[in-house]
Amino acid sequence: MAAGSTYTPIATTTLGSAQASVTFSSLGSYTDLIVVLTPIRSTSDTNTIFRFNGDSGSNYSATAMYGDGSTAASYRLTSYGWLNAGYTTTNQQTQIVQIMNYGNTTTHKSVLVRQSNTGSAAQAIVGRWANTAAITSVVFSLENGTNFATGSTFTLYGIQAA
Amino acid sequence: MIGTLAAGLFGTGVPPVTNSYESIATVNVGSGGTSSISFTSIPSTYKHLQIRLIARTNRNDQNGDFFQTTFNGDTAANYSWHFLQGNGSSVGAVGNGSQSMMETNRIPTALIGANVFGAIVIDILDYADTNKYKTIRSLGGYDGNGTGEIYFNSGSWRSTSAVNSITLNNSGSRTIQQYSHAALYGIKG
Repeated sequence: MAAGSTYTPIATTTLGSAQASVTFSSLGSYTDLIVVLTPIRSTSDTNTIFRFNGDSGSNYSATAMYGDGSTAASYRLTSYGWLNAGYTTTNQQTQIVQIMNYGNTTTHKSVLVRQSNTGSAAQAIVGRWANTAAITSVVFSLENGTNFATGSTFTLYGIQAA
Repeated sequence: MIGTLAAGLFGTGVPPVTNSYESIATVNVGSGGTSSISFTSIPSTYKHLQIRLIARTNRNDQNGDFFQTTFNGDTAANYSWHFLQGNGSSVGAVGNGSQSMMETNRIPTALIGANVFGAIVIDILDYADTNKYKTIRSLGGYDGNGTGEIYFNSGSWRSTSAVNSITLNNSGSRTIQQYSHAALYGIKG
């Protein structure tokens, strides 16, 4: 039988002014994390990226596929310094980042991303952080180092398995 | 669910009411692995189900291994499935009808580093509705730093019976490895 309600909102940030990064550092004790983003870039189109536990080493990798209205394609990130949540423009869009079993200390951490950008592409990504440490913080920023625009939202949820 | 969440975010900026998502059961694969993961005696009191898992198998001839889903112990040719796949350099699509199971993403094998586990999220829609065939969708894959696959799958079970059990296994006689983890959730309508 069910163990009770879960999918719990942990934290929400709506930017009141342009900001370079958003960090979630109080993640609670759940099984999975889900971050729903509606990022908007302020200067030039670029990727929204994220890292765990302050690690900016070449410990991330990903495999992705996308369709942009005329082309479907796949690409790979090997030994990168971050994971990609999706190409970020001034268009309305949603990026959903699912961080699986983030608290376990046995496996590398797997991430699933879905991006829907009304003006550029739909994209799906599987990513990996090559570290068995429990994830204790997540920071989102833009690949080109510029700011997220006012109105960008970042909401963190926790899901607890029975 | 995600649609509801997004609508809540866009509409009000306030987190939505979230008491509609409940944990039902969890399987942690122990030492020695297992040939399959099953959820049984699933109550019919929800609108949809979701399975969230990480897993790998001991296959040793390919980097990836298909996960397969069946309902209510039915292994007759009552299923169909389709998927979109990206492998880092190209994309592809495959579909098959009159199948004995639904292909449900791929997970890493023994050829990929020992700590690498694939991730899959499976949605089983209107699972208790006895007026329609059942449909599923899933997003998942794995990445091994230079190899990997991402999948977006759909599946159909041509039965109007309510789903009361779900079995996940791999595509052969191989085992799902220790530390694999699968959790079943119910979503209220």
